[in-house]
Amino acid sequence: MGKVGIIGVGQSAFVRTYPGSLKELAFEGFKEAVQDAGITSQEIDASVVCSAPEYDKQRSPAGIVAEYLGLNPQPTFYVETLCSSSSTGLKLAYSLVKSGLHDCVAVVGVQKMSEITSAESQERMGRGTDIQWESPFGTMMPAYYALFAQAHMNKYGTKPEDLSLIRLKSSFYGRLNEKAVFRKSLDMDQLTSPDSRLTDPVASPLRVGDCCANADGSSCVIVVSEEKAKSLSREPVWILGVGAASNSVNLTGRELFSGLPAAAEAARQAYEMAGITAKDVDIAEVHDCFTIAEMMAYENLGFAEPGGGKELIQGKETYMDGSIPVNIDGGLLSKGHPIGATGGSQIRTIVNQLRGEAGDIQVKDPEIGLVHNIGGVGLYGNVTILGR
Amino acid sequence: MAKKEIDVRFKKFGTVSFTSTSKVNDFIDYLDQGKVVGTRCSKCGLDFFPPRADCFNCLGSDLEWFDAAADTGELVTFSKMKYGPVGFENDLPYTIAVADFGKYKIFGRMDNDLADEAIKIGMKVKVSANSLDNGNMNYVFKAA
Ligand SMILES: [Zn+2]
Repeated sequence: MGKVGIIGVGQSAFVRTYPGSLKELAFEGFKEAVQDAGITSQEIDASVVCSAPEYDKQRSPAGIVAEYLGLNPQPTFYVETLCSSSSTGLKLAYSLVKSGLHDCVAVVGVQKMSEITSAESQERMGRGTDIQWESPFGTMMPAYYALFAQAHMNKYGTKPEDLSLIRLKSSFYGRLNEKAVFRKSLDMDQLTSPDSRLTDPVASPLRVGDCCANADGSSCVIVVSEEKAKSLSREPVWILGVGAASNSVNLTGRELFSGLPAAAEAARQAYEMAGITAKDVDIAEVHDCFTIAEMMAYENLGFAEPGGGKELIQGKETYMDGSIPVNIDGGLLSKGHPIGATGGSQIRTIVNQLRGEAGDIQVKDPEIGLVHNIGGVGLYGNVTILGR
Repeated sequence: MAKKEIDVRFKKFGTVSFTSTSKVNDFIDYLDQGKVVGTRCSKCGLDFFPPRADCFNCLGSDLEWFDAAADTGELVTFSKMKYGPVGFENDLPYTIAVADFGKYKIFGRMDNDLADEAIKIGMKVKVSANSLDNGNMNYVFKAA
């Protein structure tokens, strides 16, 4: 079996409220990816549509999205793993191509979170866990990550200021990203002063500055077989490793509260498949829906020992000039987090870096890039390794 | 002929319940009696909290109730919430937590009477049945 690669990536601007419909939003990321690939949509012989359906008014979004993108009568598949839906979509596309069933698959991630009111959205967020045993206590995503932040701080002496350093980095690069929701550069005073709005508590120990924003957005990744890439005369970025794992939804089933074992397991699989170790990774995109999530990602991916994440950010090792640049496109904290579109946006950033087309944030000659994309609080872990 | 009664006891669990029917609906009656019960597989001896009607290990459905309120656990982590989902506004602020009881863990809330300063990871806790203002029930952790 030949290799599987990516020849096109695209995303819409991530915005608070997209002034159009779900399918029109999906078109934006798709158009950029198809043009980037230098193909026509007739070349695409299957599509995978990825979103979290609780935000959609549309029932079965894959059908209407495929129609609007001109992808009938090709088959279309709908996948959902909360915030990691489009990484799961990439894994599905990889499998479809690797098996020989298809040779050119579009992975379309889309989310219009503003489709429902914020009250409706909050009501749905409360149901992101086991609705029988946990939701009746009044849970929300920030509080779940806060439980992990609390345990991480207690076990390793991580401080709220260490988490603020992660947001500081995010805002430093977010200002450069034209497609990000949040483009203001922040300073440590804004992130730590008791008078600042950004230090208002959300769920202890997490504060406003530790949380990403909801957004509307779309992304698209065009996945092809080696033979198809040759016939199109395109030089792909190769998918070298795909890892995925799950974990208990109920926190009563977890052994660890200072890290996400599903992420560590997905990383182990992806490293093994790619035949590399954490040290070989030149650039990474990690799932920083909250600052603590990026801290745990450093440790789960092996960029730092458990508890060593704070030294990594204190030493600016995850900045562009550091030993392992992470989220130098601003991450979810600055870009915003349109659930189903997020993974595709992370993949786009890494593909652009590996091609040397990342502009202001281009690191020098990266060969291996990594994408870490998490659904829920480590309920779904996905790690993808890409290479030139 | 009378319509068959549907057992919706689980509607009574928590501030807002999203479940009405469950094979472990007896949990609610135990809660009314001040017991916070899990289930134990009579075949392989595994303890489950929250209680399950079916054992994933032996695929059997012969499980017995045990009372977790009798055990002492240790606080694993907690978070005080400033915002909550729709329907929980009147409870705010409240603190959610996880406690480890050795053979099982429990997710719940800290007792409202506990001061913030008294809540620490590693503290010894008991789980206790708790009545809510809207007539529903849940369970909370109290200092042991
Ligand atoms: Zn059993």
